[in-house]
Amino acid sequence: MESPAEIIQHSGGVIGVSWLMIALPLLGAAILLLGGRRTDRWGHRLAIGMSVTAFLIAVISFFELLGLPEDERRRAIALYRFIPGMADMGVLIDPLSISFALLITGVGSLIHIYSIGYMAHDPDRRRFFSYLNLFVAAMLLLVLADNYVGLFIGWEGVGLASYLLIGFWQFKPSAATAAKKAFIVNRVGDFGLLIAIFTVWTGFGSVAFDKLSGTAVGEALKTGQVSQGSLTAIGLLLLLGACGKSAQLPLQSWLLDAMEGPTPVSALIHAATMVTAGVYLVVRSGGFFEAAPTAQLVVTIVGVVTLLAGAIIGCAKDDIKKGLAGSTMSQIGYMMLAAGLGPVGYAFAIAHLITHGFFKANMFLGAGSVMHAMNDEVDMRRYGGLYPVMKVTAITFIIGYLAIIGFPLLSGYFTKDGIIEAAMEHSSVLGWLAVLGAGITGFYMSRMIFMTFFGGRRWADDAHPHESPSVMTVPLIVLSVGSVFLGAFLILGNRLMLFLAPAVGRPEELPAFHAFSGPGLATLVLVAAGAAFAWVRYGAAEVPLVAPRGSFLTAFARRDLYGDALNEALFMRPGQWLTRIAVFFDNRGIDGLVNGLAAAIGGTSGRLRRVQTGYVRSYALSILFGAAVVVGALLYVGNM
Amino acid sequence: MTTHYLVLSALLFAIGAVGVLSRRNAIVVFMCVELMLNACNLAFVTFARQHGNLDGQLIAFFVMVVAAAEVVIGLAIIVMIFRTRRSASVDDANLLKY
Repeated sequence: MESPAEIIQHSGGVIGVSWLMIALPLLGAAILLLGGRRTDRWGHRLAIGMSVTAFLIAVISFFELLGLPEDERRRAIALYRFIPGMADMGVLIDPLSISFALLITGVGSLIHIYSIGYMAHDPDRRRFFSYLNLFVAAMLLLVLADNYVGLFIGWEGVGLASYLLIGFWQFKPSAATAAKKAFIVNRVGDFGLLIAIFTVWTGFGSVAFDKLSGTAVGEALKTGQVSQGSLTAIGLLLLLGACGKSAQLPLQSWLLDAMEGPTPVSALIHAATMVTAGVYLVVRSGGFFEAAPTAQLVVTIVGVVTLLAGAIIGCAKDDIKKGLAGSTMSQIGYMMLAAGLGPVGYAFAIAHLITHGFFKANMFLGAGSVMHAMNDEVDMRRYGGLYPVMKVTAITFIIGYLAIIGFPLLSGYFTKDGIIEAAMEHSSVLGWLAVLGAGITGFYMSRMIFMTFFGGRRWADDAHPHESPSVMTVPLIVLSVGSVFLGAFLILGNRLMLFLAPAVGRPEELPAFHAFSGPGLATLVLVAAGAAFAWVRYGAAEVPLVAPRGSFLTAFARRDLYGDALNEALFMRPGQWLTRIAVFFDNRGIDGLVNGLAAAIGGTSGRLRRVQTGYVRSYALSILFGAAVVVGALLYVGNM
Repeated sequence: MTTHYLVLSALLFAIGAVGVLSRRNAIVVFMCVELMLNACNLAFVTFARQHGNLDGQLIAFFVMVVAAAEVVIGLAIIVMIFRTRRSASVDDANLLKY
């Protein structure tokens, strides 16, 4: 195995000002948010300009990086002292971060452009664009920061942007609830990440990536500076953070609800970029995971379980966006699985991440285009036969579909196959489960295509579908081109693996691409079977308008594998009971004591005041008695 | 030798006290209060005599002065109450209560 290269301080060139990639969208967001209604007319153009400029900086930095010798391609640009003695803020441009930056700014810019059309009739379009810019800035900070603290700030920033954008239509209670749910579930993961950073700091005395390379970790382990146990803990806690952000089991429940947000948001944040931050974290922290095999094993298990769970959920959803969300979970599961395999899998994880970013954004935007045409209807049982009326959307969507199911020579075929073969080499159980997941993908994605674009027209009476404006279809076309060619470009000749090697290391032996290996053939057969089954059920047969009850398994998948029910039973109900007990204790215990004391005093004085009768003779009598008592007492004392 | 005076004083005081407690007419109550005061005066004077000094006599004068002042104020109040309420009964003047 070849370990990553050293990080070199850099100045000059476009790389030297690459922090502008973060600063410009942030500035855009600030102008739009602070400028208020005055910026309504031109706000979206400013936001797009910022995003596109960031993309151009990323592209130029990328070529500058390519111009450097291979072992000098990790450049750090120090910005300022952030927390003295702990973290200096800086930007790290290396093959890994620049790949992400290209994906984020590239797909991000396309989605910005698409949103002009999609949000054209929304009175709050400016606010939408400011949040999108905020997201791009935070996400770039996440991937470009050269230390864990900077990464964490970006991590929280994307969480905030995600929250704001899921709840963008906050007048809908479902959207507001979904936003809150996403935020709270992410809190659990962020907690894990935070403790992981604390543990790293106590163990290594630094949070900068250049002090935490695989060699440094190995060295520290050898000298006994850190124990194997704490490395495993770091790995598992990082994984917890990754699970929260990437909607992996057991923190998957927020992603399906997150589809309440506007569709471009689902495409950008909840499919292409933010949800893959967990994969980035695992790959970036490769040094820790390679030194902690237990944590690595857990990563692969989480990946496999999620890829199956997401696929099963995708099979039963009638809401087109939720179906795609299940599919996103599943595909990120593949990436996690690959990231857990070590250096042999990193390149496949990132390759699948990039191609997935393209084809899933493509399909989400396609779904948005369909919804735009169908009066925001999301129920696929109300679609059908849309192919003739919106050809561009349909064809680009179908290209994305072919890419995701791994149709030969399209993107998904190369990247997913790479993951399956790498997993197969690692452990045949993982490999075959991944193959099974691919088969299920074939079924649910075909179901989506047949229900949406083919078969009978089951439209609502007032639906008049039409093709979307070109500002929406052009991004679709660009993304679908990426969905076709990107996979082959990245995988053939191990192009991405060699490019990433300075950042994440690479295995001694480069994997060769087998066009028709055993697992590859099995995958193709299973996918074909899944697609054929979907054709029988949803293509050839009439799709009922109301979802049939279905089997136990359908109900299981429809209810998101009872994930919400489980969370409710395990966390929400006990939490509610705890608060109820606390309220009871507060009302009856503490308030009871105080109120009881007051009531006792009040009651006693209420009775005592009856003594004040107003009859002067009774007062005189009491004075007499008092005087008698005083005299008696004096006599008694005097006689003692 | 002075015991009889003291017994008389005690009897007068007791009569006054019973009058204050049992009579309803404000004037009578008032007179009973005077009776109690003067019973005290008698006791003071007796003790002065018994001790052979003038302290008790002195106090008796003070009591008389106070009693005179009290009569002036008290009678005025009683007359005012009678004028407004057409009653001199102390039991009718029971507004100031719980």
